[in-house]
Amino acid sequence: MATRAAAPSTTDLVRQSIQGRRLGFGDIAFPAALLLALLLALLFLATLLIDVFVRAWDAFAGRGFSVVTSPLSLNAGTAGLWQSIMGSLALTAVVAALAFPIGVGAAIYLEEYAPDNRFTRFISTNIRNLAGVPSIVYGILGLTIFVRFVRAVGAGGGVYGKNLLAGGLTLAALVLPIVIITTAEALRAVPSAIREAGFGVGATRWEVIRYHVIPYAAPGILTGTVLTLARAFGETAPLLLVGAATGFFSMGSAGFIDRAVGPYTALPVTIFSWARQPGADFRSLTAAAIVVLLVLLLTANAAAIILRNRYERKW
Amino acid sequence: MTTEAPTIDLTGSRPRLRRERRVRRLFLGAAVTSILISLLIVGSLAGEAWSFISKVDLSSLWDLGWFPRRDMFDIKTVVTGTLLISLIAMVVATPLGLGAAIYLSEYARPRARRWLKPILEVLAGVPSVVLGYFALTWISPNIVMRLNPHAGVFSMAAAGIGVGILVTPLVASVSEDAMRAVPHALREASYGLGAKKATTVTRVVFPAAASGIMASLILGLSRAIGETMVVAMAAGAVGGSLFELNVFEPGQTMTAAMTALAIGSDQVAGSNNAFQSLFFVGLLLFLMTLTLNLISDRFVRKVREKY
Repeated sequence: MATRAAAPSTTDLVRQSIQGRRLGFGDIAFPAALLLALLLALLFLATLLIDVFVRAWDAFAGRGFSVVTSPLSLNAGTAGLWQSIMGSLALTAVVAALAFPIGVGAAIYLEEYAPDNRFTRFISTNIRNLAGVPSIVYGILGLTIFVRFVRAVGAGGGVYGKNLLAGGLTLAALVLPIVIITTAEALRAVPSAIREAGFGVGATRWEVIRYHVIPYAAPGILTGTVLTLARAFGETAPLLLVGAATGFFSMGSAGFIDRAVGPYTALPVTIFSWARQPGADFRSLTAAAIVVLLVLLLTANAAAIILRNRYERKW
Repeated sequence: MTTEAPTIDLTGSRPRLRRERRVRRLFLGAAVTSILISLLIVGSLAGEAWSFISKVDLSSLWDLGWFPRRDMFDIKTVVTGTLLISLIAMVVATPLGLGAAIYLSEYARPRARRWLKPILEVLAGVPSVVLGYFALTWISPNIVMRLNPHAGVFSMAAAGIGVGILVTPLVASVSEDAMRAVPHALREASYGLGAKKATTVTRVVFPAAASGIMASLILGLSRAIGETMVVAMAAGAVGGSLFELNVFEPGQTMTAAMTALAIGSDQVAGSNNAFQSLFFVGLLLFLMTLTLNLISDRFVRKVREKY
């Protein structure tokens, strides 16, 4: 803070304040500048939304909802998002099935069971650092570990393990630390009086957690999980390494298992690959895909926020 | 009943205790999973990175540029590209994020805050691939090409501004938390001395929250360095790049180089040098962000100890 030495001391400033010699400018300009910064950030968001919606208009006006319901194609006139949306939903389901139980379990251990010792602090620090690891590094984890793991258990399919299961495992590892952190916050917000009351009537720790702590923390945990799953839904970079298709593919009438172990793609990956295609048709189509993605994500976010506001409890 | 049996055993029923231990072990297992993931990340990066280093000619790590297919793995090209873009991102995100944070924490009325904060959270939830598209199709023609008419569609400046917008909500939310953690007594003491609001904010609240604000900036920088999609879409130089310092030119970053290798992995499949450079760059990226995260963690802990 080199500027602090050069500026007048606090005492001087306070004296000036009291004597009212520097009244005016700073009192209006300073908050105005702050508000401007905030509004500029929001203006970028508004510009982004308007720009994308305007560009997407051509595609939606020309083709209606066939943009959503058609399969992938290299032809901009017929290409659609159905496989990508289904792929993303399936990936999110895998992520939810893995990251939610493990994440909540880990958070319960850290908040309710763990003694305050070196090992616990190491786990906490480790989780905070995992949350800051760039997503593409998780892609490397998926490529070297999960793809091989999926192949080793015989679920590699025709793509040598670069399938939905490996992608889901990768995204689950990516969001696990965030699930743990948000769940731990929700658990911490439950007052310890609730727990003590439970122990006082002879409940074991697990009974206290199961019947008293979790019901109170549930809205917070669920909100956090929905927001986290939304993050997984919009993630692109790690999936590029774990083999999400950037071109097009067809599964025909393949069964459930074939779809789980075969080639796959996800909505954000399709946006990325369409954005690289030349031509105005694909540019509009990309914007349409972004609109679909944003609508899905904003619905999930709004649901989470409504959930939080309805069940939030002030202690 | 119990009054008649003073020697009653208070340890409880054995099946109940056994279940208790089993549940505890299960949750411990869940917590240990996170350590396992860390070990796997480090292991998968270090193993392949080491075999890359031991196979490749070390002089190719300091070359004319980053062209993995031609065995030119110039580290300074990708690191400089990453740092330039992160610098632009922080030039955008620092004033916007801190300004928004101070306004929300100190000036906004509760009602305004209730509206503004969720909108900022929506901005935080916009996927990076969307911002990449926005950087390419809007920021590049409307901002970058106006600043410098010679700039092309792809430039490090466009990517940097896009990353900056992406990082702004993070900086805003972490530093706002830090400022709201400053006890009200400090503000009231300042008003009690007759200080104006602006004086209180800049001379009392801001210094008191300095370590949290510092943490938010370091965290933002770490996120900017690790950001992939915006850079891969808007910075250009997908196949490779010469060493470049002009931000109005296309440039290569560590993350974009990794993406390019990943998408093109059908052509560089197997275990040749180009493919393995992916792991080397990944390790470098991991170490850089880990260092920044550890520093930021230290700052955050300082705030927590203080208040």
